[in-house]
Amino acid sequence: MHDALTITDLTVAYRDRPVLWDVDLSVPAGVLMAIVGPNGAGKTTLIKATLGLVRPAAGQTLIFGRPYAEQRRLVAYVPQRGSVDWDFPTTVLDVVMMGRYGSLGWLRRPGVRERDQALAALEQVHMAEFAGRQISQLSGGQQQRVFLARALVQDAQIYFMDEPFQGVDAVTERAIVAVLRNLRAAGKTVVVVHHDLQTVPEYFDWVTLINVRRIASGPVAEVFTEANLRATYGGRIAFLGQQGAAASAVGDLAADEATG
Amino acid sequence: MELLTALFADYTLRTVALGAALLGVVSGVLGCFAVLRRQALLGDAMSHAALPGIALAFMLTGQRDPLVLLLGAAAAAWLAALLVLGITGTSRIKEDSALALTLSVCFGFGLVLLSLLQKRPDAAQAGLKRFLFGQAAALVERDIVVMAALGLPALLCVALLWKHFKLLSFDPEYAASLGMPTGALSILLTTLIVMAIAIGLQSVGVVLMSAMLVAPAAAARQWTNRLSIMVLLAASFGALAGVSGALISATTRGFSTGPTVVLCMAAITLGSLLCAPERGLLWRWIRGRRQLAPVD
Repeated sequence: MHDALTITDLTVAYRDRPVLWDVDLSVPAGVLMAIVGPNGAGKTTLIKATLGLVRPAAGQTLIFGRPYAEQRRLVAYVPQRGSVDWDFPTTVLDVVMMGRYGSLGWLRRPGVRERDQALAALEQVHMAEFAGRQISQLSGGQQQRVFLARALVQDAQIYFMDEPFQGVDAVTERAIVAVLRNLRAAGKTVVVVHHDLQTVPEYFDWVTLINVRRIASGPVAEVFTEANLRATYGGRIAFLGQQGAAASAVGDLAADEATG
Repeated sequence: MELLTALFADYTLRTVALGAALLGVVSGVLGCFAVLRRQALLGDAMSHAALPGIALAFMLTGQRDPLVLLLGAAAAAWLAALLVLGITGTSRIKEDSALALTLSVCFGFGLVLLSLLQKRPDAAQAGLKRFLFGQAAALVERDIVVMAALGLPALLCVALLWKHFKLLSFDPEYAASLGMPTGALSILLTTLIVMAIAIGLQSVGVVLMSAMLVAPAAAARQWTNRLSIMVLLAASFGALAGVSGALISATTRGFSTGPTVVLCMAAITLGSLLCAPERGLLWRWIRGRRQLAPVD
C-alpha cells in the first residue's frame, strides 16, 4: 500500500530565491493533515508544486505511488478564495459543476447528472438554497463553502485545501470541520494549509511544520511540540497553553488582522 | 425607412451591412473573454500592431487580396502579443508599460511603412490608409468571404470549447489542476481574439478596433449574471453597432466607418451603464432614494 502523498527532495525557487528547500514528506492514506508555518514559508507552494501548478527546480511528488499527471482523477483542489474574481458572471451551481469538468472529456457539456452531484455537494456545505445565486453576492465564508463543494464533486481520494479557514465566519468554520470529518470517515486523505495553531490538535490528526525546509512531520501528538514550533516560527511565538499544544504565532495573528 | 429599403435593394449596402454584422458578432463574442481575462489592453496593442503587418504583407507580395493582408495583420498582432510576454518575462518592466511600449512602437513602425508606401506609384490605389480608421463602404464580396472564413471557425471553436474557455477565464489554476492544457487553451483563445481583430480591420480600422472588443462585452455584462447570456448579448450589441455605424458612414459622405461604429457602440454602452437593472446607475440611484424615503 502506497502513501497517499510522497514528496522527495522537492526544491522550488522563484527567480533566485528558494521557497522550498529539499523537502521530504510522506503522508499516509486516511489522515487529516495540517501544513503550518509562518507567512512565506512555502505552504501554498508545496501544494502547487504537488499539483504541477509550479515547476520545481528539483525533486519529485507522487500521489499513491505514481506521478500526478497519471492520478489527476484521485485529486481534488480547493484554491485560495482570493485567487479568483468573484464578479465573474456565473452562478453558485455553475461553479460547483466545474468540479466535474475534468471527468467530462473534451466536448461533453455538464448535464442532469452533474447538476444533481453539484446540488448534493452544496447540501453538504449548507449552501443548497444559494444554488441559483450570482457568486458576487456571497459572503467570504459562503464563497469558501462553494469552493469546497466544487472539490467535493470531484469525488477524489486526496484533497488539497489552501487556507480554507482564512477569514471565514463561525458557521462556515463548523461546516468545513464537519466536511473534513466526513472525508476522513470515508477513508479520504486531506491536506490543509492552516493558519490557526490553536485549532490544529482539535481539527487534525497529522501535521507538517515547514519554513522553507521541512521542520517536522507526523502525528499531531508526537510532532506538534513547543520545540518544533519554536524551530518553525523562530522567536516570534508566544505560548498560551500547556503541553505545547495550544499555541499562537504572534506574527501570524498580526498578519490575519491585516488581511482579514 | 428609406435606409431599410435601400438595404434590401442595394448590393453595396447589403455587403457593407453583412460585413459589419459579422465583425460585430465575432468581436462581441471574443471580446467577452478578453474582458473577463483582463486582456482588453492586450487587444488594443495587438490591433495597433496589425498595421505594420498589413503594410509588410503588401510590400512583400505586392497583392491587395484581403486574405494576404489580413494574414499579415494577424501574424503581426500575434508577434506583438509574444513581444509583450517576452518583455514582462525577461525584464523588470510591468505589463502595463510593456503594453504601452508595444502598442506605440508597432503602430509607429506601421505608420512609417505606410508613408514609405505612399511614395510608390502602385500604392496609391492600394488604399492601405483605410486600415487606419476603417472604410466599410469599400467592402466587396471577396472581403466578406475572407471575414466569414476567419470568423465562423472562431465562433465554432468557442461553442465547442465553451466549458474550457469559461473555466480558463474564471480560475485558470483550478483548470490546470483538472488536467486542462491551460497553456494551449490560452494560446488558442488569444489566436481567436487575433482573428476577431483581423476581421474588423477593414471596416473599423486598427486604431479603434479594440473598442469593438471591449464595449459590447462591457455593455452586456450590465444586463446579466450569466456568461452564456453575456456572450449572446455582446454579439447582438456588436452586430447592432456594426451595422448601424457602417450604414451611416456608407451613406454619408466623408464619414470614416470606425469612428461611426464606435460612437454607435458607445451609445449602447452608455445606455447599458445607465439603465440596466441591478447594476445600472439609474437603478442604483432610485434604490438609494427609496431607502432614504420615510417609512410609515
